Amino acid sequence: MSATQPTQQTDIFGKPVDEQHKDNYLTHQRGLMSWLFTLDHKRIGIMYMIAVLSFFFVGGVFAIVLRVMLTMPIADASNQMRFEMNDTRNIVESSGATVPEEAIKLLYEPGVTDAEAQQQKIEVVLTDAASSAGAGAKVVEYPELINARDAAAQKYTQDLTNHNTFYNQSFTLHGAVMVFLFIIPAIPAIIGNFVLPLMLGAKDVAFPRLNLASWYCYMGGALFFLWVLGKGILNFLVPTLEGVWGGGGLDTGWTFYTPYSTETNTAVVAATAGAFVLGFSSILTAVNFIASIHMLRPKGMTWFRMPLMLWALYATAVIQILATPVLAITLLLLIAERAFGIGIFDPALGGDPILYQHFFWFYSHPAVYIMILPAMGIVSEVISVFSRKHIFGYAFIACSSMAIAILGFLVWGHHMFTSGQSELLNAVFSIITMLVAIPSAIKVFNWLTTMYNGSIRLDSPMLYALGFIWLFTIGGLTGIYCATLAVNIHIHDTYFIVAHFHYVMVGSTLFAFLAGMHYWWPKMFGKNYSERWARWGWLLVFVGFNITFFIQFIMGALGMPRRYATYIDKYTIYHHISTGGSLILTVGLFLVLFVWIHSLLKGKQSPANPWGANSLEWHTISPPPHANFDHAPPATDPYDYSHWRWRPEIAGYVLNEDSEPEEKDAMARNDS
Amino acid sequence: MNKVDDNHDPHLAHHFDTPVQQYSSAKIGMWVFLATEILMFGGLFCAYAVYRGTHPDVFLYAHHFLDTNLGAINTVVLLASSLTMAWGVRAAQLGQKPILVIMLLLTLLGGVGFMGIKTIEYSSKYSHGLWFGSDNAFYVKSGKYTNPEELTGAIEYGESHAMPHEDKGELTDEHLELQVKDAATEDVLDNQAAGEAQDQSLPASAQSNIGNATNAPAGLSSKFAEVEGDGSAYVTSEKKPLTYEDLDPQQQKLVSQFFQIYFLMTGLHGIHVLVGMALIFWLFIRALRGTFGPKYFVPVDLVGLYWHIVDLIWIFLFPLLYLIH
Ligand code: HEM
Ligand SMILES: [Cu+2]
Repeated sequence: MSATQPTQQTDIFGKPVDEQHKDNYLTHQRGLMSWLFTLDHKRIGIMYMIAVLSFFFVGGVFAIVLRVMLTMPIADASNQMRFEMNDTRNIVESSGATVPEEAIKLLYEPGVTDAEAQQQKIEVVLTDAASSAGAGAKVVEYPELINARDAAAQKYTQDLTNHNTFYNQSFTLHGAVMVFLFIIPAIPAIIGNFVLPLMLGAKDVAFPRLNLASWYCYMGGALFFLWVLGKGILNFLVPTLEGVWGGGGLDTGWTFYTPYSTETNTAVVAATAGAFVLGFSSILTAVNFIASIHMLRPKGMTWFRMPLMLWALYATAVIQILATPVLAITLLLLIAERAFGIGIFDPALGGDPILYQHFFWFYSHPAVYIMILPAMGIVSEVISVFSRKHIFGYAFIACSSMAIAILGFLVWGHHMFTSGQSELLNAVFSIITMLVAIPSAIKVFNWLTTMYNGSIRLDSPMLYALGFIWLFTIGGLTGIYCATLAVNIHIHDTYFIVAHFHYVMVGSTLFAFLAGMHYWWPKMFGKNYSERWARWGWLLVFVGFNITFFIQFIMGALGMPRRYATYIDKYTIYHHISTGGSLILTVGLFLVLFVWIHSLLKGKQSPANPWGANSLEWHTISPPPHANFDHAPPATDPYDYSHWRWRPEIAGYVLNEDSEPEEKDAMARNDS
Repeated sequence: MNKVDDNHDPHLAHHFDTPVQQYSSAKIGMWVFLATEILMFGGLFCAYAVYRGTHPDVFLYAHHFLDTNLGAINTVVLLASSLTMAWGVRAAQLGQKPILVIMLLLTLLGGVGFMGIKTIEYSSKYSHGLWFGSDNAFYVKSGKYTNPEELTGAIEYGESHAMPHEDKGELTDEHLELQVKDAATEDVLDNQAAGEAQDQSLPASAQSNIGNATNAPAGLSSKFAEVEGDGSAYVTSEKKPLTYEDLDPQQQKLVSQFFQIYFLMTGLHGIHVLVGMALIFWLFIRALRGTFGPKYFVPVDLVGLYWHIVDLIWIFLFPLLYLIH
């Protein structure tokens, strides 16, 4: 940026912070232990950030593994023949003989009906070759050739099985890690932990110790989960390892559907136990957020004067509280089913596998709103700030969050339209599912109206937020397709579904997460990042994402089923495009990471309020001091930006002292 | 409370402004946590409802294996311990240390009593081959009994529990009157009488329809709405408890499911009781040291809430598992 960049911390009035007040949560205490035992919500947020991003990396590696495997579908018909021809030749040659090309071609000629005629033709070719070859060379005999062919066929079957096994474990690891370890905790645990108390003008969340406990539950559950699933992958790559640490792995998909999950010989019990512990982390965070929002709001911040991010986090926490325990009991039942054979879900024992699906989706559909609601909260903040306009339809956005939270509990059956639900249930679930689109659309329209006539600034947080609106609209509208009964029969369990939920989970939640990270980054670390490179990062992520997943709608509508490692030729081109896009996406994400690391190492000091936002987290220096605020800031309308003036010499906004007498007043009293 | 005290309150965490704020936060947090507990048990109640709904006779038959007397005693024990707990909370708030200590001790004893009785129940189940998982006499896998040698003994054990009813033989009006005085069965008998009356008022064809209902499918099927229990096995008009033979073969295979659900529900509940006992013990030690008083009683209050919830869950478990009719 410009050469007038400040090197010194400034407060909200643009005044340099004097030495004795220079306190910053990052440097408040030093040493690893001061982090591992911290009760500071900001540090816990940062620790979540490191952990969650690391797991995101693992999940991402497996995404690429999947996409790359899908460019080499060893089961397609032409590949199979090529593999077997090569192997036949190799087997013959390894026995010291040679085989003429023509014989192999004849051997694999498609559509042969007369086997005897074929044998005669091949024998002729072989004898010809033998007579023309020199005395030293040995040409293969017909029976040996046939043996070689059978061996090659066997080898191919074996390869295919391995390919499938590896693919199944990889997509399970990818999906489970992304859902349980990345998307669910990403926004609430990282950004929520960091900004929620700041937005409340509070010193911490209501229960700092539970907050730390939640991080430990997360780490414990996540590392165990990853260990169990990773073992399967490693055992596959290096089979001797199984003798060292035993079996593991998981190939049920992230949904653990029975009856397969009660039958597979992979480590379902251990994996579900890991997910169970992760649930505790989710619940503890949610308890904290609910209590904090109820009890720690400052004077003057009524429910309808809260920043929308807080509404979103509140709605999310309510869902987490109501849904996660159901997942917990479901997983316990599944463990009991596998360990003791209690016959609740296993049809061989009189149980009902559909009941499992009901239980699972009663959690997991609300869980998709755990992923999307906080994302919507971030977008509400960013859109308003970067349009320099008061958010439009505040009450509607706030209430639609709660409406989504409630409706989200009534639609789980839309995952089971083809599972043998009654027609009546199908119809009811279909209608309620479509109803969810209403509060979702209310939000989208309000964001658009907020931008209308605003002075829009396309900084990277805003770019991500705009990306969110675009991608969420596609994801949400295709959700309506999925919810339409007749259409669902056709597209269920195809790549159309894969594309749909990637648009809402990756397209929307990941984009909003990145919007939030770029938006609060200066506050978190007190460092500016390179806006230019951040925008390039956004462009690559946006383009890469759309190439990867848009094509999957088409592929799915054409019938490509999901969770298959191989496919027929007709889908090749789509898979290749998708894989190409995923590589662009990967480059984009690494660029984002690079921008962040560069900012940490080389970034200039950021001002207290680089964006001119008015929610309370911007009323303290960047990064915030250990106790968050020198003086408790007065709670005013978070979307009223009129008191902030741009100050080029600090590249940030400062509070107009005359127009905000309360702030001066509070500062004078210094009632921290 | 004066200002100076506020500032020196050793129990006030730095991020709260007032003790009241801190206390209310803790309470909200606890209530929210209790909501998760209820939802967690809610899953099991759902499983119960589904299987009771899809094969009611199995539940009707198998509940005889549970000892209603012990269950009732346990209910009383737990209710009493809830009372002592509530009293303890009050004592803490009023700073009555001796009463608090006594009440916590009594509550703890209630927990011990409950778990003791539960242990008696569990071990008698265990010794009659009616345990959790595949270790159950009625366990059928892919159409075969896995522990056939235990079956006869288990059936005898269970059906002997039901004997007291059967001993009365034909129910005369006199018997009816006697029993009506028994408050616990009053409603049930009313219902039975009503059912009987209705039965008789039905045309013969309808009655036989009830009798010949076909086997219930093993689970929730696409015909959810059509799933019915096998009405013939109710034998309501005969006032005679079901026997294993009364169940049709389809249902005989599912009897072990009742025990699975019974052990899951009471087991998870028992774990909660144990956790509650540990917490009460911790309170007890701290109360002995005089930690609690009018200014600091939040932990007693919160553990009290937890204990009441655990009690409340039992209040639902007892009738659903022991008192089916
Ligand atoms: C307007 C809102 C939405 C509607 C109407 C909708 C509708 C649907 C329907 C009907 C299905 C089931 C399709 C099938 O399996 O045949 C589905 C699948 C899915 N949706 Fe959505 N959805 C919406 C929003 C979301 C959001 C916000 C997320 C996540 C952030 C999400 C994530 C998923 C996932 C993960 C699946 C597939 C799960 C699986 O089978 O593994 N959806 N959606
Ligand atoms: Cu859903």
